[in-house]
Amino acid sequence: MVARNKLAITGGRVIDPGEEIDQISDVLISNGRIEKVTRKTDESKFDGYEVIDATGMIISPGFIDLHTHLRDPGQEWKETISSGTRAAASGGFTTVCAMPNTDPVQDSASTVEDVIRRAALDGIVRVLPIGAISVGQRGNQLAPMGELADAGVIGFSDDGNPVEDANLMRQALAYSAEVGLPVINHAEDKKIAGGGVMTAGLVATRLGLAGAPNEAETAMVARDLYLAELTETRLHIPHISTIGSIEVLRSAKDRGVNVTAEVTPHHLTLNEEWVFGLKGEVPSSVGLQSYDTNTRVNPPLRSKADVGALVDALREGVIDIIATDHAPHAATDKVCTYNEAAPGINALETAFSSVFVLVDSEKISLVRLIESLTTRPASILGRDLGRLRKGFPADVTFIDPLALWVVDPSTFASKSVNTPLAGVEMTGQVVRTIYQGKTVFQSQPQVRNNG
Amino acid sequence: MAQQSTASPSYLEQDAIAFQPRRHLLDVDDLSASEISGLLDTAKGMLEITARDVRKTPALRGKTIITMFFENSTRTRVSFEQAGKILGADVINITASASSVSKGESLLNTVKTLQAMQIDALVVRHPHSGAPYFISNHIDASIVNAGDGTHAHPTQSILDLFTVRAHLGNISGKKIAIIGDILYSRVARSDIIAFQKMGAEVVVSCPNTLLPDEWELGSTLALESGFGGLRLVKSVEEAVDGADVVMPLRIQKERQDAGRLPSLREYSVRWGINSQKMALANDAALLLHPGPMNEGVEISSEVAHGAQSVVEEQVRNGVAVRMAVLYTLCAPGNSVPVIRNAGSSEPN
Repeated sequence: MVARNKLAITGGRVIDPGEEIDQISDVLISNGRIEKVTRKTDESKFDGYEVIDATGMIISPGFIDLHTHLRDPGQEWKETISSGTRAAASGGFTTVCAMPNTDPVQDSASTVEDVIRRAALDGIVRVLPIGAISVGQRGNQLAPMGELADAGVIGFSDDGNPVEDANLMRQALAYSAEVGLPVINHAEDKKIAGGGVMTAGLVATRLGLAGAPNEAETAMVARDLYLAELTETRLHIPHISTIGSIEVLRSAKDRGVNVTAEVTPHHLTLNEEWVFGLKGEVPSSVGLQSYDTNTRVNPPLRSKADVGALVDALREGVIDIIATDHAPHAATDKVCTYNEAAPGINALETAFSSVFVLVDSEKISLVRLIESLTTRPASILGRDLGRLRKGFPADVTFIDPLALWVVDPSTFASKSVNTPLAGVEMTGQVVRTIYQGKTVFQSQPQVRNNG
Repeated sequence: MAQQSTASPSYLEQDAIAFQPRRHLLDVDDLSASEISGLLDTAKGMLEITARDVRKTPALRGKTIITMFFENSTRTRVSFEQAGKILGADVINITASASSVSKGESLLNTVKTLQAMQIDALVVRHPHSGAPYFISNHIDASIVNAGDGTHAHPTQSILDLFTVRAHLGNISGKKIAIIGDILYSRVARSDIIAFQKMGAEVVVSCPNTLLPDEWELGSTLALESGFGGLRLVKSVEEAVDGADVVMPLRIQKERQDAGRLPSLREYSVRWGINSQKMALANDAALLLHPGPMNEGVEISSEVAHGAQSVVEEQVRNGVAVRMAVLYTLCAPGNSVPVIRNAGSSEPN
C-alpha cells in the first residue's frame, strides 16, 4: 500500500445526498476508507495526513455508472478495460457496471471471472460485471443466472438487443427471483422501429432518414412493466427516452411495481435537431455538416418535448438515476454514411459537465443531480457505495463548478472519440477522482469563470 | 440563331448566372429562386446544343467527371454521361457491383482513392440519404447528387421545372399535384422544395401509409426547410382538380411487401392517374413522370402516351439540365477554385 494512506480533503462543499450533507466540510480518509466527514476541524488534527485543499470545489461521493460498454473482451480497438476505466476516472466515475455484449458474451462464470480478474489488474476504478439475460444474447435460452450471480454480476441484460420473445422476458424476470438481481431489458420493438436510424419526426423526414417512432420503445417498456408486475420481480429500465415510457413507468411505480429506471446524459440534453450537425441549430438548408454520425444512438435522440419530460421525471425521481451508456466506437464505424454508422455515444468523460448545465438553468437541483449519480445507483446495486460514510470505500469526486473547458475528444482517455459534443464549451468539470483513497485522475482546469 | 459548332456558344456570353460560385449540387434547398432561374436559362442554351448535328462543345475539355452509381439506373446515368461528353469532358462510369466496393472496400476508401486521382466532378447515386454530403467532406471534386436514399434528386426537380416553364411560362402561381409514394420518394421531396421556391402551389395526395409520419407543416422547422406551404389533401381528385401539372410517382412492389399497401391493384384503382382523373385538371395541364413508369399502376397507358404527357421531353431536357449543372460547377471561371496541394491527397 502507498505510504500516504491518510488523506484530508479540506474546505470543499461536501454534497452527500445519502448522508444528507450539503455544507463546507472536511473529509478524512485512511486506509482507503472514509474515516469521517466533519465540519469543524482543528488544524492539528491533520497531523500525519496528506492535506488536499478543496476550497471552491464540490466534493461528492465517487460517481457510479450502471451502464457502460467496455468492449473488452472482443473489440479492444474500440476500448479496453484499461482505457475505459481511465475514461471513467476522467469523468469522476469510481464504479462502472460493464455491459455483457462483449465477445465472448458474459453468459458464463468463466467470462465474468476473466473480466473481474483483468479489471483488478488493468482497471483503475471498480468494475462490476453485468451478466447476459440469454445465452449469447440471442434471445432464445436463459443464461445461467445462478452461476452468473455467484460469479459476481449485479444484474442481467442483453443490451444492444431487446428480448423480443415476451415469454422469455417473463421467464427471465420470474427466474431472476432466485438471485434477486434486476433484469435490464433494452426496450426496442424492431418491427415498430422499422429500420429507423433516428427518431421519427420532421428532421428525419427532411433528411430522408428512416425514422423510428417513440412507440418502438414505449410499447416494449409497457410490456416489460406489466410482466414485472405479473412476476413481482425486479426490473430496471435502461436509457429511457420517451414521454410515453415515462407515463407507463410512473403509473407502474404508483401501483407498487418493483422497477427502477435510468436516463443518459445525452437524452437529457441533446435532441433530434443535433443530427443536422450544428450543435442543435437548425439550418435553412441541409448542409455539409448534416448527417452527423456521432448523433446516431439507440435509443435515438428524441424531440425537445421528450427531453423536457425526461428532465422533469429525473427531477421528480420517477427516473431514478443517470447512467452514461458509454458506447465507444472506432472511426471505421462512424466515418461513413448515417445508415452505415454504428449506434452509440462516447459519454463517460463529458457526462457530468453536460448535465451540470441543467443545474445552472435551474431545471434540477445540484443535490438531486449528485444523488442520481451516487446514492440512488448504490441503492439499486444494494452495496455500500455512493456515500461518504465511515467505513465505506474512499471514492471521492472533486468538481470545479467554475471551470470553463471545451470538449476535445483527441484528449480523451477513451480509445474512441465518438461524441457529438466535440467543440462544445462546458462550465463545470471533474478535476480529481479518488478511488479507494488513491488519486486516479487529476487535472488543472485552464480557465475558470470568476465573474 | 445559327451557330457553328466551333463558335463561342451564346450561353457563355450571357450573364446567366445569378448562381453563387459553389462546389456542389447536393439538393435544391440551398439554391435561391434566382439561382434556379439562372440554371434554367443556361439549360435553355444547352438544349439548343443538343439539337445540333454535331453535339459537341469544348467547355469542359480536359475535365474528368466520374459517375459513381451504387443503385441501378440506366436513364440518369446515361443522361449525365451524355451531358459530360457533349461538353467535352472525359466521363468515366463506375457501378458499385463492378467496383471494389463489392470486394468490401469501404465507401470512405473508395472516395479517398478517387481523391488521389484528382478528378473534377463526381456524380453520385447512393441508397443512403446523406451519402453525397459525407463524400463531399472527403474529396476535392465537385459533387453532383444524382439521388441519395429518400432524401433528394436535385437534377430531376430542375429538369421538371425546366419542362413546366417551357410549356406554361411562369411557374409562380401554378398548381402542381404530386400523387404517390411520398415517403420513399426523393423526387417528390426535391420537387416539393423546387416548385415551392419558384412560387408554385404544391398539393400532395397518397395513401396514409406512404406519407412520412411527421410533417408538422405549420412549424417553423417545416417552413424553414421548404416543406412549409405544402398541402396534403385526402383524395386524388381534389389534388388534380384545376392542376396545371399532374405528376404521378412510381409505386414499387416493395411497398406492398412491407405491408404499406394491400395491393398495387387497389392503389391503381384509387390513386392511378387515368383519363378521367386527368380530365379534372386544367385543359393545358401537363403530365410529368420521373420514370420509369409502371403503366397500369400509377398511370394508365393512355395517359402515359397521351397528348398531355411530356415524359419524353423530360428525358431530353434532363441532358440539357445536367449539362447546365456540370458546366456551372466545373467550367473554368465558374467553379470554386480548388487549391490542390502538390503530392497531398487530403482535401483542403
